[in-house]
Amino acid sequence: MIPIEFLLLAFLAVTAVVIARLDYLFAAAMLTGIFSLLSAGLFTLMDAVDVAFTEAAVGAGVSTVLMLGTLSLTVREERERPLRILPFVIVFLTGGALFLGTLEMPAYGDPAATIHQYLAPDYIAGTEAEFGIPNIVTAILGSYRAFDTLGETAVIFTAALGVMALLASGRGRKGEERK
Amino acid sequence: MKIPLMRMREKLVVRVVSRFFIPFILLFGLYVQFHGDFGPGGGFQAGVIFTSGFVLYGLVFGLENLQRVVPWTVVESGASLGLLLYGCVGIASLFLNGNFLDYKVLDAHDAMRGLHLGILLIELGVGLTVSASMLAIFYAFAGRRAA
Repeated sequence: MIPIEFLLLAFLAVTAVVIARLDYLFAAAMLTGIFSLLSAGLFTLMDAVDVAFTEAAVGAGVSTVLMLGTLSLTVREERERPLRILPFVIVFLTGGALFLGTLEMPAYGDPAATIHQYLAPDYIAGTEAEFGIPNIVTAILGSYRAFDTLGETAVIFTAALGVMALLASGRGRKGEERK
Repeated sequence: MKIPLMRMREKLVVRVVSRFFIPFILLFGLYVQFHGDFGPGGGFQAGVIFTSGFVLYGLVFGLENLQRVVPWTVVESGASLGLLLYGCVGIASLFLNGNFLDYKVLDAHDAMRGLHLGILLIELGVGLTVSASMLAIFYAFAGRRAA
């Protein structure tokens, strides 16, 4: 019996390769949604439910819709291009370096790992005692790291402002002519 | 976004099923928003889920109808109001002799209640900003015509 993590990871790898090889952009856009859904499944198996939630909602939901919306403005087929070697080499070297890096990492879920020694024990012990709420992620985002979250909200707001300023050209005030 | 919309509009199953699902998506978004301190999720996830209900409506019933439900002004003011709410919670705690974003002072008698109120309010701000921003981005992309 293969563990389901490996199965999901294998599907993830297959999906990634297919996305890279497909010329039909509509199918590629749909496959990126499937890619996000598979990663959401992996995050759930790693007990990172909040991250999985975000990945499923943003990656599989909204960003797929945005990609389809972009596709409807352009062509559906990728243009034929000659196969180039250098990008392949760079991708494989980077991937290999990252893989080598994981060999040095502490084992998954190792309680002696550095990140579990520094602030995490305080957060885990403090959330229930100081806040009386069970979700540690909410306590960290909402209170321990409230400044960061304020900044992140500002970033999202700025992103929306930027997209509106660049793309929302067709909108006009009432009575103004719309193209 | 013109061509897929026209085709979608003729599909009866898609219309009926999405009309059935949209209220549940919105309800689930609200659940994630206000249950975020007990279950997984929070303002960000809730905002995205809430917006995906509207995006589904826009995909099936057309962008014009969606913009009649949620006009541009609502989207713009929603995105700004969320961030403003977050900042105002911080400034309110400053005026109540606390540190910036120190929720404990928000309730004069019970620090725990102040904490919960503060987290609820800032999560509401995050949800509002995220939801409106996502919708704004969708409007900006979907409202464009093919060149």
